[in-house]
Parts: sequence; structure tokens; C-alpha cells
Amino acid sequence: MHLTRDRIIAFAVLLPSLVLVGVFVYGFIGQTVYISLTDWGRGGAALAENPQMRLIGFDNYKELFTGFLHARFRQDLVNAFFYTVSLVIGALALGLFLAILLDRQPRGEGVFRTLFLYPMSLSFVVTGTIWRWLLAPEGGINVLPAFVGLPTAQFRWISSRDQILTFDWQSLPAITAGLVAAVLVFLSWRAWRAGRLRRAFATLAPAILLILWAIFGQRVVPQMLPIPERHGFNLATIGVILAAIWQFSGYTMALYLAGLRGISEGLHEAARLDGASELQYYLRVAIPILKPITLSAVIILAHISLKMFALIFAMAGPDNASTGHPAVLMYLTTFRGNKFALGAAIAVILFLLVALFIIPYLVSSYREQHRRAS
Amino acid sequence: MTARVPWARALLYATLVVVAAIYLTPIYMTVITALKDPANINLSTAWQLPSPLNWKSFSQAYAKLGPNFLNSIILSVCATILSSVLGSLNGYVFSKWRFRGNDLVFTLLLFGMFIPYQIILIPLFQTLRQMHLYGGLPGLILAHVVYGLPITTLIFRNFYSQIPDSLTESAQIDGAGFFKLYLRVIFPLSIPGFVVTFIWQFTQIWNEFLWGITLTKYAANPITVGLAQLAGGEAVSWNLPMAGSIIAAVPVLLIYVLMGRYFIRGLLAGSVKG
Repeated sequence: MHLTRDRIIAFAVLLPSLVLVGVFVYGFIGQTVYISLTDWGRGGAALAENPQMRLIGFDNYKELFTGFLHARFRQDLVNAFFYTVSLVIGALALGLFLAILLDRQPRGEGVFRTLFLYPMSLSFVVTGTIWRWLLAPEGGINVLPAFVGLPTAQFRWISSRDQILTFDWQSLPAITAGLVAAVLVFLSWRAWRAGRLRRAFATLAPAILLILWAIFGQRVVPQMLPIPERHGFNLATIGVILAAIWQFSGYTMALYLAGLRGISEGLHEAARLDGASELQYYLRVAIPILKPITLSAVIILAHISLKMFALIFAMAGPDNASTGHPAVLMYLTTFRGNKFALGAAIAVILFLLVALFIIPYLVSSYREQHRRAS
Repeated sequence: MTARVPWARALLYATLVVVAAIYLTPIYMTVITALKDPANINLSTAWQLPSPLNWKSFSQAYAKLGPNFLNSIILSVCATILSSVLGSLNGYVFSKWRFRGNDLVFTLLLFGMFIPYQIILIPLFQTLRQMHLYGGLPGLILAHVVYGLPITTLIFRNFYSQIPDSLTESAQIDGAGFFKLYLRVIFPLSIPGFVVTFIWQFTQIWNEFLWGITLTKYAANPITVGLAQLAGGEAVSWNLPMAGSIIAAVPVLLIYVLMGRYFIRGLLAGSVKG
């Protein structure tokens, strides 16, 4: 009898939080999507409390991807890709390396762990300010070679305008198709090695189609820009990437160390008795076991780097186009330029990129819980 | 094993010391630059220890950052307490009063902590303006409480699911209702959970920047915004931003050094499934 009443109370306690999150997360996301389809900020009183908005469809998105004036957005998108790939690979590799070192149980392990992890507690603004000084053209890092008798480095970390790996924006669909095909070929090869021929063919077929399309199907793609537009990896982003790796490698270290400690000593012993060297133990036994941790870390790091705003703002300044990021551009477009609808469209694109990582992660975590519960 | 390959052990320590030195380099540079006189900060002596020591950098930086520091204290303390209390109650419901669709609702709630906040920023900005909360600390506190709910609920739900159901069931048989059960059984066991969420939320809110810069006016700017403005000027003498960075970092670094174990637990809670 009491239980039903208590159940109602329980739900009533939860309800305010659910309503708040419902409105502030889901409602607001919907509203931003709606705003991105309007002309808010194209003229008139953009800062009015109840501004006039007219639906104009996907015009803002079209502008961002193909508009002559929005080359910076396209470069920022490319930057976000390279930021993400570099941070994920860098922080994973360094974190795993440090975790393996600490897994050898050196004396003073706690001290080292604290030292590797402390950057994680700092704010991005602090990290950005400190690294901006370290990487200043006339500052810290560039002088280091002089200590060993070499000439000082001249690299302009944050302000370099050099670009490598450049490509024409028009060929982006072909490049994407090529990358997807490469992944599919790899999966197919793995399935083939595992003896699952059917699956191997099922993944190889779309890969071949994609490659054929990338080579021959280009004329089908409408001309996106009137003139070729080069984008690529901005060398100025390396400094930001280094600072981000410094900040987050301790985090991956903590994740991996917890994982390594979770592997039973018996397994390590068994590998040793089978004649495996320590290196073989880590490569063949430990790292495959840690795969779920790697996956979580990839998702967390990718979503962090896709919303990296404060670090770039503090380190390079928001107006530095070379180190730009859609998260920064959204702020500039919306709150400096008062182009709210355009800013909303950038936010939606950013959100979709993050959702690409987060939704599968949450779905799998939901399934796992559900299985455990039932 | 240690005795078998002593050189491997030596190599291990050498690597650890070198990496640790690299991790400490930014702090070294920050401290020595903060203690230098602006006139002595230049290319050739960037790595040298300061002499004489210029402690005035800190008082000068604090003269500029003091109001921001206080704002951040008020903001972080209020938002941390509110979001932790709500998270504790939510976690209690999600773990001990499971209902139909429990896991689905929980997952939908969790989604809120992974979104890039740009996606809600414009409606949040408009809503706070309409509520006349834009520009001041209460609006910022509201934002931090609402968007803090997913992580605090997650930490408490995982924490409470370790409390055996037999304990709560026996209390229920003794006639304890929803709130009595919470106050008599759950809450007294919650202290470690509160420590983890307090530390996590305080650090996150203290370090937050995007909302600080878009949702507050000058008088309510938190410390991160103050520091960004202090360091943002072009003709800046580097001792001030470095001293400012130290001022902005000290509260969270202290928490980390003193309560690192709990900080790591919060860190792992946000990434380990379930």
C-alpha cells in the first residue's frame, strides 16, 4: 500500500530534473535546429528579445558549405578533423605508454601518477595562457635548442600560415569515399582472415563501389565552388594539439592503468610461463583485453576535441584563423557578428559530428545495462 | 624479476623522470615568469631563474582578478551544492526506485552531458534574457545546475547501486517511506559519493569558460573570463598572466593534490560505462 504511494513520491522527486533536462537539452536542441533554418541575424534587430524570424530552409547550411564568404568555416571543419585525430592518437599512445611504465610498479608510483595527471585538473584557459607563453615566437620552446648548441628554432607555433596535406574542397566527397572504402577494405581483410568469407565479400563490395565512384563518378557531383579552394592541415594547430595532449594524456593513463590493474596477475604469469616477453605480454594479451577502454577513451577524447573552445580561445585568440575551430567560429558568428541563424547552423553541424560518436556509445551502454538488469 | 634485468629497471626510472620533467616544464616556466620583473622577461633569459624575485606580480594580478575570483567562488559553491543534492536524490530514485523505462530515461538524461554546449547556447541565452537572469551569477548558476544533473545523477546512481537492496528492503519492512529511507539509510552512507561529486562539479564549474563569456556581463565574469582578458591583450607583460594563471589554478590544484583519489574517481565515472 505504502509502496505505491512511495513510488509516486519517487517519481515526483525525479520529475523536476527530467523536465529541466527535457527543456534545456532536448527542447533547446530542437530550438537551435529551428533557428538554423531561419534568417535570424540577416538584418533587422537581431538582438531583440523576441526577434523576427523567417523560415528559409537549408540556406544557412548551403552558405556554410558552398558560400564564397565562408571559406573559414570549411577550413575550421578540416581543422576540427585534424585536432580530433591528433588528440585521440597522441593522448592514447602517450597514455598507454605511461600506464605501462607505471604498471611495472616503480617506486614512487603515486608521485609519478600525480605528476602525469595534474594538467587534467587545470582549466583550458590556464593551460592556454601558459602554453601561449611557452610557444611564443620569442619564448620558451624555441630557445631550447640553443642549450645544446643548436640554432634557436624559428617556428611560429600559433601564427604559422603553412599548410600541408592540402586538397581542393571540391574533391572532398571523393576523399571521404576513399577513406570509407579504406576502412571497409580493412574490415573485409580482417573478416577474410577470420574465415568469415560471406562477411568479407559483404564489406568488400561497397568498398569497390565507393572506389569506382571516387574515380569515375566525380562529374556527377555538382560544382560546389566557382574556383578551386585549398584546405589542409594548418601547422599552426600543432601547438594547440601539443597542449591538449599534455592536458589529456594523464587521463588516458589513468583509464589504462585502472584497466591494466584489473587484469589478473594469473594471466600475466601464464603469459610469462608460455615464454612471452614483457613486450609480447602487453602487445598480445593486455592491449586486446583493454579494447573496451580504448573505445571509451576514443569517444571521450573525440567529443572533447570536437567542442574544444576555451583552449583555442586562450591560446591562439578567437580571431586566429589558422587555429580556428567550428566551436570558436560559432561563438564569433553568434555573439560578435549577431548572425544567430548562421551560428545555430554551425552549432547543429558540430552537434551532429559529436552525436556520431556519442549516440552509438550511449546505445551500447543502454543495451548493456538493460541486459544486466533483466 | 627486478633483479633479472637491472638495466631495464634503470631505463624505466630514467624514462619516468624525463617524462615527469616534461610534464612539469610548463609549471616551471609559469612560476619563474610570474616572479620576474617585466623588464627582465626576454628571449635569452626565458629559462633562467628570476632574480630579484618580483612578488608584486601576484598582488597586481589579484588586483585585477579579485572580483572574478570571488564570483567563481560563489558560482562554484552554489552550483556544486545544488546540483549534487539533486543528483543524489535522482540517483537514489534511479537505483532504488526503479520504474518501467528506468534505463531508457537514465540514458536520455546522460545524453545531456555529452552535447557540445554550442547547440543549446542560443536558446539558453534567449531564455535567460526573458527570465531576466542574463548577465548575472544566478543565471550562470542555473545553467550549471541543470547541465550538471546528468553527471551528478550518474555518479550517485552508480554509488547507490553498490548499497545492497537487502539493506533498503529491511528498512522498508520496518515502515520507512521514501524520505525516511533516504535520510536514515541512504544519506548517511553517501559521504564518499558527495565528496566525489563536490570535487568533480567544483572543478568543472571553476574551469568553465564558454558560458562565462557568453552569459555574464563584466561585473559577474568568472575567473576564467578574467584571466582570458588579462592575458588577451597584445602588449602584455608576461608576468601578470602567469601570476593570474597560478591564482586561477590554485583552488583546483589544491583540491587535486589533497583529494586526488576522489578526483580520479569522478574522472573515471564520466567515462566508464554503466
